[in-house]
Amino acid sequence: MTTGAWWGVLPAAGVLLGAALAAAVLAGLLDPAGGSTLARRAGRPVWETARLLRQRRRGVVAADALLWRLGLAGPLVVALLMVVVVPLGDRVVADLPVGVVWFNAMDVLLWAAVWLAGWGSNSAYGLVGGYRFLAQALGYELPLMFALTAPAVAASSLRIADVVAAQRELWFVVWMPVAFLVFLGAVLAFSMSGPFAYPDGRDVAGGVLAEPSGVDRLVLLAGRYALLAAGAATAVALFLGGGSGPLLPGWLWTLVKTLAVLAALVTLRGRMPVLRADRLMGVAWLVALPATLLQVLAVAVLAVGRG
Amino acid sequence: MAVVAFVVLAFVAVASGVAVFTVDSMARATFALALSFVAVGGELFLLDLGYLGVATVLMMVMEMALMAVFMVMFMMNPGGLMPMSMLHNRRGAVVVSVGVFVLLAAGSVLVPWPARRNEPPAEPTRALGEAVMGSKMLVMMAVSAVLFATMVAALVLATARGRYDRADSPEWP
Repeated sequence: MTTGAWWGVLPAAGVLLGAALAAAVLAGLLDPAGGSTLARRAGRPVWETARLLRQRRRGVVAADALLWRLGLAGPLVVALLMVVVVPLGDRVVADLPVGVVWFNAMDVLLWAAVWLAGWGSNSAYGLVGGYRFLAQALGYELPLMFALTAPAVAASSLRIADVVAAQRELWFVVWMPVAFLVFLGAVLAFSMSGPFAYPDGRDVAGGVLAEPSGVDRLVLLAGRYALLAAGAATAVALFLGGGSGPLLPGWLWTLVKTLAVLAALVTLRGRMPVLRADRLMGVAWLVALPATLLQVLAVAVLAVGRG
Repeated sequence: MAVVAFVVLAFVAVASGVAVFTVDSMARATFALALSFVAVGGELFLLDLGYLGVATVLMMVMEMALMAVFMVMFMMNPGGLMPMSMLHNRRGAVVVSVGVFVLLAAGSVLVPWPARRNEPPAEPTRALGEAVMGSKMLVMMAVSAVLFATMVAALVLATARGRYDRADSPEWP
């Protein structure tokens, strides 16, 4: 694993934003309300970006502009910080010894960011959306932490490069499928989509999305897609063997796998009903958490057995 | 470079700590405190205690987000959106904080610190963990499992019916 120079963050950010755009295009294609022809639907993210860039910001009385802007930029910044530790083939921007915990800490930053995005707008809908995210986060965070524990235990390292290297013989998804599924669920949850589109639900006029307009809204929407992409890239590194595969070079395999996981996430999220926070809590703590704990136990026993 | 980063982070930590008491909004005070802790986490990271640094950021941001919820919940003004002073019981607070500062500062100056005997360990986080927990690891592991079970059991007992009184929740006696 080679760590690039500081400017390595620029191509990494470019790849992440490209993947986010690809996810947005796929989401546009899948949405029948997006236009009559496929070309129109596929171009929708581009037109929408152009529209939002030209749109004048709508002001809100007594909004806390500083905290609001911080919260709105949060998801995009968090997604960029997440991919800093995720290897693309055999290159990584920052090869941290605690990469897995870094990913976890970055996703916890979203607790603050989304709440601020809701709070700062000084709007009842936004505030409700922000609180909903915290309620949802309480549900998904513990299963996510234990799902992250499984690959780290199996590789006996918190360095993501070591986790990738430990999957040379067998991808972790094969013997820790529960952790993989819980991880993908958590990715949908922290990017507020699919069954977890509760903080930005239609029943509260968009929640945290109710007030942002113009470039603010663009940054928040882009941040959600970037989070999906960053989550997919991390899933590939932790469970799907990173850049390993025949014929093609490592970076290409990483990209192919990431885009496949991303496409699956985008396709799935439109086909599931939204879960209310208390129902999510039931599923997360009564089903996902015990299942993930058993998964970690099984992985730990196997890891000890292999020595 | 590392020295510059250390000084900048130290400045951010202290300045945002001061901001906690000078801003007039609970949300700003809470997240100023969160920023202060994040800066402290960065300092730990610079000291090659990567795990502790990242874990500090993780825990503190989570705590501050929840604290914001409770602070707003317990305040009289709805939503806590009105500007309000963050200072209460000024005289008592000054006495207590100056006393604590003098005590800690005196301790750090007067204690005879041991001199370094050998090289720093290869993995400082592991060495620190061994030094702090070492022989008590088994007790800590057992206690953590008991604590976690207690928390879950307390939640189950307290909210058997749930807030929304769902049809599939067990009947209350």
